[in-house]
Amino acid sequence: MTKMHVKLNVNGRAVEGLAEPRTLLIHFLRENLRITGPHIGCETSHCGACTVDMDGRSVKSCTVFVAQADGAEITTVEGLVNEDGSLGVIQEMFREHHGLQCGFCTPGMITRAHRLLQENPTPTEEEVRFGMAGNLCRCTGYQNIVKAILASAEMLNAQKEAAE
Amino acid sequence: MKDDVATPEDRSASLKGMGSSRKRVEDVRFTQGKGNYVDDIRMDGMLFGDFVRSPYAHARITRIDAEAAKAVPGVIAVLTAADLEPLGLHWMPTLAGDKQMVLADGKVLYQGQEVAFVVAEDRYIAADAVELVEVEYEELPVVVDPFKALEPDAPVLREDLEGQTEGAHGPRRHHNHIFTWEQGDKDATEAVLSEADVVAEEMVYYHRTHPCPLETCGCVASMDKVTGKLTVWGTFQAPHAVRTVVSLISGIAEHNIRIISPDIGGGFGNKVGVYPGYVCSVVASIVTGKPVKWVEDRMDNLMTTAFARDYWMQGKIAATKEGRITGLWCHTTADHGGFDACADPTKFPAGFMNICTGSYDIPVAYLAVDGVYTNKAPGGVAYRCSFRVTEAAYFIERMVEVLAIKLGMDAAELRRINFIRADQFPYQSALGWEYDSGDYHTAWDKALTAVNYDALRAEQAQRLEDFKAGKTRRLIGIGLTHFTEIVGAGPVKNCDILGLGMFDSCEIRIHPTGSAIARLGTISQGQGHATTFAQIIASEIGIPADDITLEEGDTDTAPYGLGTYGSRSTPVAGAATAMAARKIRAKAQMIAAYLLEVHDDDVEFDVDRFAVKGAPERFKSMKEIAFAAYNQAIPGLEPGLEAVSYYDPPNMTYPFGAYICVMEFDVDTGEHEVRQFYALDDCGTRINPMIIEGQVHGGATEGYAIAMGQEIVYDEMGNVMTGTLMDFFLPTAWETPHYTTDHTVTPSPHHPIGAKGVGESPNVGSVPCFSNAVHDAFRPFGLTQSHMPHDHWRIWRIANELGLHG
Amino acid sequence: MIPAGFEYHRPTDIASAIGILQQHGDEARVIAGGHSLIPMMKLRMADLAHLVDLQAIDDLRDIEIAGGEARIGAMVTQHELITHEGLAGVLPILREAALQIADPQVRYLGTVGGNVANGDPGNDMPGLMQCVDARFELVGPEGTREVAARAFYEAAYFTARGDEEILTQIRIPLPVQGTGYAYEKQKRKIGDYATAATAVLIGNGTASVAMTNLADTPIWSEDAGTALAGGDVEGAVAAMLGAIEPMADNRGPAAFKKHVAGVLLRRAIERAQQRAG
Repeated sequence: MTKMHVKLNVNGRAVEGLAEPRTLLIHFLRENLRITGPHIGCETSHCGACTVDMDGRSVKSCTVFVAQADGAEITTVEGLVNEDGSLGVIQEMFREHHGLQCGFCTPGMITRAHRLLQENPTPTEEEVRFGMAGNLCRCTGYQNIVKAILASAEMLNAQKEAAE
Repeated sequence: MKDDVATPEDRSASLKGMGSSRKRVEDVRFTQGKGNYVDDIRMDGMLFGDFVRSPYAHARITRIDAEAAKAVPGVIAVLTAADLEPLGLHWMPTLAGDKQMVLADGKVLYQGQEVAFVVAEDRYIAADAVELVEVEYEELPVVVDPFKALEPDAPVLREDLEGQTEGAHGPRRHHNHIFTWEQGDKDATEAVLSEADVVAEEMVYYHRTHPCPLETCGCVASMDKVTGKLTVWGTFQAPHAVRTVVSLISGIAEHNIRIISPDIGGGFGNKVGVYPGYVCSVVASIVTGKPVKWVEDRMDNLMTTAFARDYWMQGKIAATKEGRITGLWCHTTADHGGFDACADPTKFPAGFMNICTGSYDIPVAYLAVDGVYTNKAPGGVAYRCSFRVTEAAYFIERMVEVLAIKLGMDAAELRRINFIRADQFPYQSALGWEYDSGDYHTAWDKALTAVNYDALRAEQAQRLEDFKAGKTRRLIGIGLTHFTEIVGAGPVKNCDILGLGMFDSCEIRIHPTGSAIARLGTISQGQGHATTFAQIIASEIGIPADDITLEEGDTDTAPYGLGTYGSRSTPVAGAATAMAARKIRAKAQMIAAYLLEVHDDDVEFDVDRFAVKGAPERFKSMKEIAFAAYNQAIPGLEPGLEAVSYYDPPNMTYPFGAYICVMEFDVDTGEHEVRQFYALDDCGTRINPMIIEGQVHGGATEGYAIAMGQEIVYDEMGNVMTGTLMDFFLPTAWETPHYTTDHTVTPSPHHPIGAKGVGESPNVGSVPCFSNAVHDAFRPFGLTQSHMPHDHWRIWRIANELGLHG
Repeated sequence: MIPAGFEYHRPTDIASAIGILQQHGDEARVIAGGHSLIPMMKLRMADLAHLVDLQAIDDLRDIEIAGGEARIGAMVTQHELITHEGLAGVLPILREAALQIADPQVRYLGTVGGNVANGDPGNDMPGLMQCVDARFELVGPEGTREVAARAFYEAAYFTARGDEEILTQIRIPLPVQGTGYAYEKQKRKIGDYATAATAVLIGNGTASVAMTNLADTPIWSEDAGTALAGGDVEGAVAAMLGAIEPMADNRGPAAFKKHVAGVLLRRAIERAQQRAG
């Protein structure tokens, strides 16, 4: 099968590679680029473990061909770490509030939460639960995930206020 | 020195030992995507394996032609049973004393069964080649109903066993029969039943489901032809047991096998067994000399690796007219699928189903379980429960409710008058267990008070009146459960897996500067072992948990252990950890006494130091002691400070809990709402309250899914109807209820730190709790029993059959 | 779950896209958000050699409200539909329905055009479009034509769209001020297709009712609309229940679905009536 030349911007870095058009974005990220934060859980776009941010949208990278993503700007959980290497706010709040157990869903959860809070910086618990409903977790029962995201919202807003 | 002024409380807090809600050390990696799961492993030259699977549930294979597949560029090999047979690997032993095909040997017994293994340069090529393997099938009659499987003219599923009247667990009475397991006193129980004031009888079905961890099963097998060493990274809940099994079935010496469980994305029992994918990857690596990766997809996972439950439990419960339970009888028909691959201790073919007398003082009981072959996938794993304990808990908690209906009693009160009293522990159950400890009345009363039970019943009664008056179409159900778990398998005298005693282990090394590493025979799949086991050591030895590294899962470095499932890590490996720590503390005491120039008996342990009795200002900190262990020549003591403990528990532990939920049901659509869920757990000594709470949330959510919709469905042809997460119910944050957690603490008397284990309690307890709420809502209209899962249409059917749709 | 290989095309105008379809015949398929097609390809249940991605055709992304109608480009995503304030003002039923489709991630990529064009009886938009009397613009080698949503669906995955045509735009007449609306959907969980779903518009002496996933096409019942316009709720329900033909699946048996359809319909009608000015 002919390969195509794919160019992406991933976590602020321009990357390129050769891939068959049918290559799923999740496989391109994980295997060609060795970005293994996003995981494969269900393969039918139900579980959200493969969630990445693509051009400002949360997408399930198991259901996107790399050909469709050619030219896109992508952020994964690896890209949400602070510049000094410390955990970003949402990552830190997941840890603080025990929002993860086995950790398999966590990269997708955090990446999705990032976009949710970009769009709605002051969500209610109900909005968080609705906005996170594309991500499945088998360990936590979501209660502490919701708590972590609400706490992240508060902290991000406090940081924003302090900066203003 | 700061140390000198700090109070013992401050010093204790700084250790982050037992009782502290210490943040998890694992999370720094996981939150930034730096976990290392099996599919993250990549090696030079690594190949990828994928299966050709049977579309039929029962068929003879007349021809396999792999030529077209082999011709695809990048395909290295296509393995079939014929290729494995010369190695003796076309079949493998199961954990239940049966054997199982690795690749279809002449026939298939369930849809999705592995027929051929394609090995290629990448997963895309492998998938393309799978499509090109031609297999000719001759369909055979399918049987998916275990009762029909036992009819005289039922199709013979296991032709390999024809004529064998003796199975691994006694006589087989039919060609599709596997075993009969009997416990208790049949005659005495039947005598009680025949003379009782009241007998309630019901068939209680616990449907087939699946643990479905978010990460599926997989492995990377790498045979190094130069050193002769086989390394297998994989999703293994019991890495040491896997090493021994691989050695036994492959003939490779055990020291030449290294099994590594990297980070595991949830297990819940799915990753206890040994699957054909592991065996084929090992063979393929040996044949090709290259590393071979196999990772199942979600459909493979739901169709083939490790179903759970599928127990048909016929029950009879006898009582006096005042409600004192006098006897319990249960006959279970257990659907095991095409092979008996249940993951149970050898002597327990139906696991610990004989805990089915539950929390109640029942003088006499009888249990019989018949295992049956059908055209379904093998498995029968303990899905977030100790072996068959959730089935047992569901059975007794339904039977008590059914009895309450028969007696016209409140089900909370019926429970209360039948609980084993606190003064009866240790309690000998009618089916052979010695319950170590418990205080059920205290827990129950605390729970009823917390939810304001009487007010809830009043509200429910008012709602019922409103419903009858046509003012509402929503009914309220109050779900009650008091469960008793049996976990921590287990004493080597009666618990083994493939002959391996179910002890566990911990090795601790204190470094010269006072930090430490500990290695265990268990493996975390999200339970946070690296966090909690360090807390045990911190409290026992007095060095900060933050200074202790914890390692698990590598059989070349960790001491031998039987792994993590059945809530056994804390009861068994946790005990081993405490015992190893105490060995170190004992030596530290001698070192401290030497340094302080007093007799060993004249120093005492004080949080993080040994101090001279009566002179607390004269002490040596653990840091000082650790250094001394490496730099002082102490008469009569070897240098160094390390210890290992292999712990054989004297008994199981018996965590318990009281769960109450309030649900509302839309009679017309079958939809439900969980208004409230209260979970009181008593897991004995609490190591990390934050992690316990997280375990309860997660386990209760799995229980919610199982009770309200999660099911592996087969049609009459043996087709799996629930192969994706569209149809296999995993609730999202939106459907999942909010939980209130609570606790009492009744330490285990025989466990070194009194801990009992908690990971599985919420699954065991919540399933009957949700189910009882459903039944409770419709009890006034005459419902006694309706099988799970209680999805919308089945709730609707209850209402419909009770005439509530006008 | 690995799809078979294909050639990828990303045309920048409709004419080129149609040219590719003409060149490759039934070996070519159009892809919008891909959330119906890609899973089918991964299960190897959709076989194609050429994939024509419409994402670079800018004309297909517009939303215009003018001349008494809303014109929605086929590549407008569910997410854009939900967040478009203008649409929320004039056609609030679109947002109410779109919020009940799939989950956030799927709604960011899933398009209105894909949802209506693919003919999956489980999709929510087709029934909704029949309720609001949308017209679909189809562009093909022979030019542009319009087909009413109510005449578009022939059977499961079979529609009035020709193989070489592309659905480019959806035109919806704006309901008059004071029209009541409701979209009711019962599902097992977020991400599921409907057990039953219904769209209702009522107001100014007219009414329209459609239902989803209760037959192999969406069902719009003229009789139900007429009855409802005349205030006959039970007549409307009876007409609709006579028109649907639910099939048993994992969501439940046909009798259950039929019952739920009636319940949802009554609830939607009640809610729409309350909203009618």
